[in-house]
Amino acid sequence: MLYPRIIPCLLVHHKGLVKTINFKDSKYVGDPINAVKIFNEKEADELMVLDIDATIERREPDYKMIENLAAECRMPLCYGGGIKTVEQARKIFNLGVEKIALSSAAVQNPQLVAEIAKEVGNQSVVVVLDVKKKMFGGYDIYTENGKQKSKATLENLIITLQQLGVGEIVLNSIDHDGKMEGYDLALVDKVKPLIHVPLTILGGAGSIEDIGSLIHRYGIIGVAAGSLFVFKGKYRAVLINYPNNDEKYTLMQKNHAKK
Amino acid sequence: MIAIINYGVGNIKAFANIYKNFDIPYTIAEKAEDLNGATKIILPGVGSFDHAMLSLHRSGMREKLDELVLEKKLPTIGICVGMQMLAKKSDEGIEAGLGWVEGVVKKFDQTKITYGPLPHMGWNNLNIKKTHKILDNLENDPKFYFLHSYYFACENQHDILATATYGEEFACVVNHENIYGIQCHPEKSHHNGMKLLKNFGEL
Repeated sequence: MLYPRIIPCLLVHHKGLVKTINFKDSKYVGDPINAVKIFNEKEADELMVLDIDATIERREPDYKMIENLAAECRMPLCYGGGIKTVEQARKIFNLGVEKIALSSAAVQNPQLVAEIAKEVGNQSVVVVLDVKKKMFGGYDIYTENGKQKSKATLENLIITLQQLGVGEIVLNSIDHDGKMEGYDLALVDKVKPLIHVPLTILGGAGSIEDIGSLIHRYGIIGVAAGSLFVFKGKYRAVLINYPNNDEKYTLMQKNHAKK
Repeated sequence: MIAIINYGVGNIKAFANIYKNFDIPYTIAEKAEDLNGATKIILPGVGSFDHAMLSLHRSGMREKLDELVLEKKLPTIGICVGMQMLAKKSDEGIEAGLGWVEGVVKKFDQTKITYGPLPHMGWNNLNIKKTHKILDNLENDPKFYFLHSYYFACENQHDILATATYGEEFACVVNHENIYGIQCHPEKSHHNGMKLLKNFGEL
C-alpha cells in the first residue's frame, strides 16, 4: 500500500537552520548538514529544505549548499528557494535533488511550472503556496516569504497550476506557522476537492496527533512539519526528532490510513 | 568497477556516495571512453522519457552501452526513468527506448486509483515474486520510495522479480539475463534501498 508521507521541513536563513513563528521571529536551530544526518538515521520519509533568503535577496540559489545537502541525504529531497528559471532548475536537479519547489516565481508566472516540468518531468515540480486567512473569509496567497500579498486567488491558481502540470502542491499556512496548535483543517477542506495531484500540508503541527488527524481525515496525504521535528517541550528546546517505524505504524493503524 | 552513467539526467552523486560508503569501486562515466574497464553499469534517470533518451544519445555513450550490455552482457540496472528506458517505447514520448527488455511504458490509469493522486509519490511495499540475489536480505514487504506516473509494462511475466500496487499491480523490479530494472528509488529508500544496491554491487 501507499503510505502518507511525514515530512520534516527545514528553513535555511543565513546558512543556518531556523524556525519561525508566523514567518517571523526566526530562531536558530542548528546546522543543515547535521540535521540531514539525523533525519537519515531516523529514516524520515522525505525532507523539504527551503532557503527563505534567496528570493528576498534576489540572489541565485546556494548551489554549493544544495550539493552538500543532496550528497548527504539518504531520503528524497525537495529544495526550494530562489528558483526562477528552467536553467536554475536543471542545475539543481543535476546536483542530486529529487524535487524542486517553486513559490514566488510560480505565483507570479505559473507558466514557469510547465516550462520546468517539460524538462525535468511533472512529478518533480512542486509549488509551495504560502497562504493567510483574509479578514472576512477566504485566503490570500503571499510571496517573498510572506511579505507580498498576491492578487491571484487561491482556488484559481490551484486549478491553473494543475493544468500546467504541477506534480505536487504544498499548502503552507502563515497563520499557523510555528504555533504548534494544529493544522488549518478548514483550509485543507476548502481546497482538497480541487486537487488531484499529491498534496502536502504544512504549518501548525504541535504533536504527532496533529499528523494523525490529517491522515485520519484525508488518507493519502503529505504531512509536513517544522517546529514539531526540531523542538522538544513547551520551552522549545532544540532537539531534532521524528517518529520511529513503530510509532509511524501505530499512527497509521490508529488513523486507518486508506489504501 | 561499477560505471554510473552520467548523461545529465539523474541523481549520480547519490549512487556514488552509497558505493563509496560500501567501499565498492565505481566510476562516473560521461563519455564512451569512460566505460572502458566497467564490469557493471548503473543507468539512473529522472524527468521525462524523451528528454532522458535524447540526453543519452547526445552523450555519445549509446553504442558502447549496447556493446557492453548486449554483447559483453555486463550486469546492468536501469533505475526509475532508467528502467523505463529499457523498454521499446513510452506513452510519455515519441523517442524509441533502448529495447533491452521486452516491454512498453504506460501511464497509470487514474480511474483505477480511487484513493490517491498521480504521480504515485511516496513509500510503497514491494511484493517479491521471485527469489533473486538482488533482492536478498530485504525485509518482508520492504518499503521503497516511488515518484512516477508511468510504469514499465513487462511483456514476459518471468522477467518480473517484484511488483508494487497503485491502483493496479505493476512490475517494479525486472530482470532479463544480465539486465535489471527498478522503478522505485533504492538510492533514497534507506536501509532496504542500500541493501539492494549492495546486492547489485556484489552480483
